[in-house]
Order: sequence, then C-alpha cells, then structure tokens
Amino acid sequence: MDINNSSPKRSAIKLGVIAMAMFGFGYLLVPLYDALCDVTGLNGKSSNVTEQQTVDFETDETRTVTVEFITNLNEGMQWNFKPEITKMEVHPGKAYQANFLVSNKSNHAIIGQAVPSVVPFEAANHFIKTECFCFTNQTLQAGESLEMPVVFVINPALPERVTTVTLSYTFFDISKSANNAEVDTAGLTLTTQDI
Amino acid sequence: MSTTAAEGHHADHPSGIMRWITTTNHKDIGTLYLWFAFIMFFVGGFMALIIRSELFQPGLQFVDPQFFNSMTTMHALIMVFGVVMPAFTGFANWMIPMMIGGTDMALPRLNNWSFWILPFAFTMMGSTLFMDGGGPAGGWTLYPPLTLQTGNALPFVVFAIHLMGMSSIMGAINVIATILNMRAPGMTLMKMPLFVWTWLITAYLLIAVMPVLAGGVTMLLTDKFFGTSFFNAAGGGDPVLFQHIFWFFGHPEVYILILPSFGVVSTIIPTFARKPLFGYSSMVYATASIAFLSFIVWAHHMFTVGMPLAGALFFMFATMLVAVPTGVKVFNWVCTMWRGAMTFETPMLFSIAFIILFTIGGFSGLMLALTPADFQYHDTYFVVAHFHYVLVPGSIFAIIAATYYWLPKWTGHMYNETLGKAHFWLSAIFVNITFFPMHFVGLAGMPRRIPDYALQFSDYNQIATIGAFGFGFAQLLFLWLVIQTIRGGAKTTDQVWEGAEGLEWTLSSPPPYHSFTTPPLIK
Repeated sequence: MDINNSSPKRSAIKLGVIAMAMFGFGYLLVPLYDALCDVTGLNGKSSNVTEQQTVDFETDETRTVTVEFITNLNEGMQWNFKPEITKMEVHPGKAYQANFLVSNKSNHAIIGQAVPSVVPFEAANHFIKTECFCFTNQTLQAGESLEMPVVFVINPALPERVTTVTLSYTFFDISKSANNAEVDTAGLTLTTQDI
Repeated sequence: MSTTAAEGHHADHPSGIMRWITTTNHKDIGTLYLWFAFIMFFVGGFMALIIRSELFQPGLQFVDPQFFNSMTTMHALIMVFGVVMPAFTGFANWMIPMMIGGTDMALPRLNNWSFWILPFAFTMMGSTLFMDGGGPAGGWTLYPPLTLQTGNALPFVVFAIHLMGMSSIMGAINVIATILNMRAPGMTLMKMPLFVWTWLITAYLLIAVMPVLAGGVTMLLTDKFFGTSFFNAAGGGDPVLFQHIFWFFGHPEVYILILPSFGVVSTIIPTFARKPLFGYSSMVYATASIAFLSFIVWAHHMFTVGMPLAGALFFMFATMLVAVPTGVKVFNWVCTMWRGAMTFETPMLFSIAFIILFTIGGFSGLMLALTPADFQYHDTYFVVAHFHYVLVPGSIFAIIAATYYWLPKWTGHMYNETLGKAHFWLSAIFVNITFFPMHFVGLAGMPRRIPDYALQFSDYNQIATIGAFGFGFAQLLFLWLVIQTIRGGAKTTDQVWEGAEGLEWTLSSPPPYHSFTTPPLIK
C-alpha cells in the first residue's frame, strides 16, 4: 500500500492544534458573553454612568414608571436587608434616591457585596445608577446597622411598553474572598434569573 | 514487540495481560474498548436500578437524597462517557480499517494510550463515592453554584473529565487520520461505508467540543480553589455563563452519541433488506447538516434562564430545523426496506426498533424545542423520557445491533439466534415499560433528580421501576450470549450475512490480526 508515513502524523498535528484552539475558544466565550450581555442587557446588568451624562436627560413629566425594589441574601448570609420603600412612581429623566436598610445579625464582621439586576432585560440599559452601595463592598461589624442609598435615573428612551421596572439586589458574603482578591464591581452581573 | 516474521497473518505479540497492555493492534484495542464499555454498562445500569428502586414508592426508602443525587449524576457520566462513547470508539477501531481497506489505525500508539487512560479516569471518578462529602451530586450538567458545593470530589471529577476528554480527542484524531490517510486506492470519500462517514463527522465534533467542556470544568475548578469568578456572581461572574459553555459542548455531544448509531443502522438495514442503502449521498449530507446544526441550537436546553424574544425564536427554529435532515435519514431507512427481501435476524430487529423508538424520542424532542411549551416540560420527567428514548433504544440499541451484526465476523462463530431474538423482545418490551410512563409523569409535573415525589405519580413510577429491572436483567442474557459466541458456536462463512456488502466481509472470519496487508481492489 502506498502510505506516506508522515501524512497521518501531519493530520494528527493539525487536528491537535484545532483541539487546542477550541480549548481557547471555551475561554473566549467568557468575554464574548460579557460583551453580548452589555449590548442586549441580557441578565439584567444595569448601567453605571457618571452624573455628568445623566443631567442631559429631559424629565418627561407626562410619563410615570413604577420602580419596584427586591432584596435577597445569598446562602444564609446573616444580615437583614430590605428596602425602605418597596415601590415608587418615577418620571423618566429625573434622578431619585431610594434607601436600603441593612444590619448584621451575626456576632462577627461580614463583608458583603450587593449584585444588582434589572428586569425586564430591555430596561436594564435604561436604568442608570449614579450612586449605589453596590459600587463597593460593604463591611458591617457585628450588630451594626446601615442605611444605604442608591441614586438612579431612568433614561426617557425606555421603550413605551415598559411600565414597571424591578430592581433586585442580592447580597453575597465575600468575607473570605475579599481578603484574597480585588472585587471587580464594574462587571457585576446577575446571579440567578427568576422568570 | 519486534516482528521478524514476514508480512502476513502471523501475529507476534506478548501473551497474557501484557498483550493487552502493550497492544497497538486496532482489533485488540477495539476489543478493549468494547469490554470496557460493557463493564461500565452494568455499573451504570446498577446505579440506574438504585435510582429506580428508590423511586418505586414515594418517600425515602433505601438511600439518602445526597446519595440519590450522586447516583443520577454518576449514572449519566458513566453512561455517556463510559459506555456509549467507548463502545462506538471500539466499533470504530475494529471496523474502520477493515471497511476502508487499511492495515490498522493510522496512529497505533496513540490508540493504545487513548484507551488506557479511560480505566484510570473512571476509577478516579468512581472513587469519589467513597470520599468525605460523597461523589458529585449536582447532575451530570455540573451547573454551578450547585456543583461548587461538592466536597473533596470536585477536583477528582474535573480531572477525570479532563482525562476522558483527552482520551476521546485522541481517539477522534486517530479516526480522522485513519480515514484521511489509510484508505485503499480507489476508496474515494463518497464510496466509504456510511459507518465510516458518520464516524468521520463525529470525530470532528469531538475535536471541536470536548476541549470546550475541558475549559468549562477548568473554570469550575479555578472558581472553587483559586478565587476566580467565572461563575461567581459576587465576584462579577455569572452562573448562566456555565450553562452556555456546557451546552455549547453538550448539544454536539448528544449528536456524538447518536451519529455513529445512524452509521450502524445504515449498515445493517441494507444487509437484511437485501437492497443498497436508499439515498447514500443524502445520508452523508444529512449527517453533515446535523453536525453543523448542533453548534447553533445549544440554548434550547436553557430557555427558562430568560433570553430575548429574538434569541428564543432563533434557537427554537434552529432546533426544529434539525428534524429535517433527521427526517431524511428516517425516510431513507424506510425506503431502503421498502420492497426489500427482508429477514429479521437479531441485528435487523434491533435496527428496526431503533428507527421506531428513536423517532418517538425525536418527536418528544420537537415538543421540547417549542419554547413556550418547554417552560412546562423543563426539568421534568418528560425530558428524562425524551433523552432516554434517543439514548437507550437509540444509541444503546444500535450498539447492541452492531454487536450482533459484527460478532460473527470477529469471532468466526454465529451467536444463538433464538436467544438473540429473546434478548431483543425482552429489551424492546421492557425499555418501553421503563421509559414510556415517564412521559406522563413528566407532563403531570414530576421534577427530575428528586428522590421523592407526590403520591399521584406512584403508579407510573412503579411501572417504570418494574420495566427498568426487566431491562437490566435482560442485558445479562446479552452478556451470556456474547461470552457463549466468543467461546464457540457454529462456524460462520467470511460473508456471514447473505446480503452483507463491503470490504470487511472479504476478510476471513475471524479476520487476520493485521487487516489488509495488501490493499484490496475497489470496484
């Protein structure tokens, strides 16, 4: 039989390179996914924008949007966490402040990181937080209580059919990892999605 | 292993256990793969029976929920990576060189290595059941954050998956290198038997997606032990990302499990219908189309995570598109049988049952593809019924059919046809008793991977459990038949089956240790 001995070897090397490249592609999916979420608002990742940009909006007094607040604690975190008010009526283009109350029920200090999420997803890019306790992590001593503000504005470009926007916060206990790693709060995304 | 003998049938190799450890022969390695798959089939089947025993009645009877969950997880990992994939790799090793007129696989040493990794990988994975915190119990899909709660078992499972992945990637590289380089002169690509074609495409799928899974589980590992936050929301990650990575691997993976079955059935049906395969080239193109589509449908496994309408529609329609090439295949098989001089030996019976029952699984797949309906079916026993219909009377029946079909060629002995038919009828009846009721409990709302259930699901669960034990014990008959055929039995001709065509049947039964030392003449 006429077999060129180097030719199976060459096939094997080529195919091995493809396999290697696909391993890299698996990792490439991570930034691709982040980029896709950025563009589509998929996963309810909301925008954090500087105040200079927000003043550009014109307040639309004729339109009212209901904003609801939901709070969650991850994996039995021993905090109390609730919004001061659960619901408010807002006009797009105008900045509002909402307060959240948090207290540490445990007998030791806990570092928490809040992760925001907005539904419906199409509202996520139009929900702009100019100030938020979720921008940094929060350390609460044993028994300590805190009132935490969030300042937000809804972009008047929000599609007409959206009349209610729900902002959900989940607090994660990052006491362990906070010492080891810098927490990247800019790239925060939603943890679980409730339909 | 120096061979001084002249080329020919003389096979000079160490005897005893060293023969198997050092072998680079495609037939020996094929045999190893097949026995490994057979053993793992009973291990995974035993775990299935533990699951079914627990589900015989509502409430907790035999095992605690943690162990139940690790049974469902291990059952799936073993059946997918330890049974179906090695079994088809075994067939590929045995048959591809014979079918294309080659001497052996292109990369024999790689071949040896890719097999011998497997026993170690599965020993490592199996050992986790005896560790503190038990084995992996988050389901074979390994979703975080659940899987990140696994105890000491997690790194062992991740490394085991790495090894399984390496093994199947090396196996796939070998298959492609063999098909592209070792064909006899005149064996053009479009003259290759369909089993070779389906394996060529499967091998490309394996090379494309196994590394992605390896990457995904590596991210799990670094999330758990090295402080990365790929899937950890508190650190800026997203658990849903894992689902995308997993199913980008997972959907091509399920076609990796079924495409070689299509090849097997496309080989067996023409033999016993005594007609050439209907629509050979459309079969090739259909296989390639299915492989292509497998890369763009993954999110239909995760409609309920919430996705934009456009996304849901795209994945729904792309998924339904898979039914077109699959339908082409089913109609081609039916047309092959149409007005054929059919006889119903055991391999043919299993192949016909494959067509009917696989189609049922395909239809329930279409139901699941429908996004709004999927919200009801998601994570229920309906899904379990669906994928068991395509995997058990699908892949497993094809593996059994292929074993009956080629065993006489491999051993030179005919199996006991009466017992073979008995095995078929027992399997075909019990497989339906096992999995058909799962459609009903699933539609009624019984969730999967839960050891307990509401009282109203009891009847169907009891029927399913009875079926599972029947199916399990029927496979002992299969084991007995295989051993009996290896040990002796009526001598077969080289042709074995009256209607069989292809190069493999021109070799003696059993075939020589090195298949075609001089290239055969291709008409």
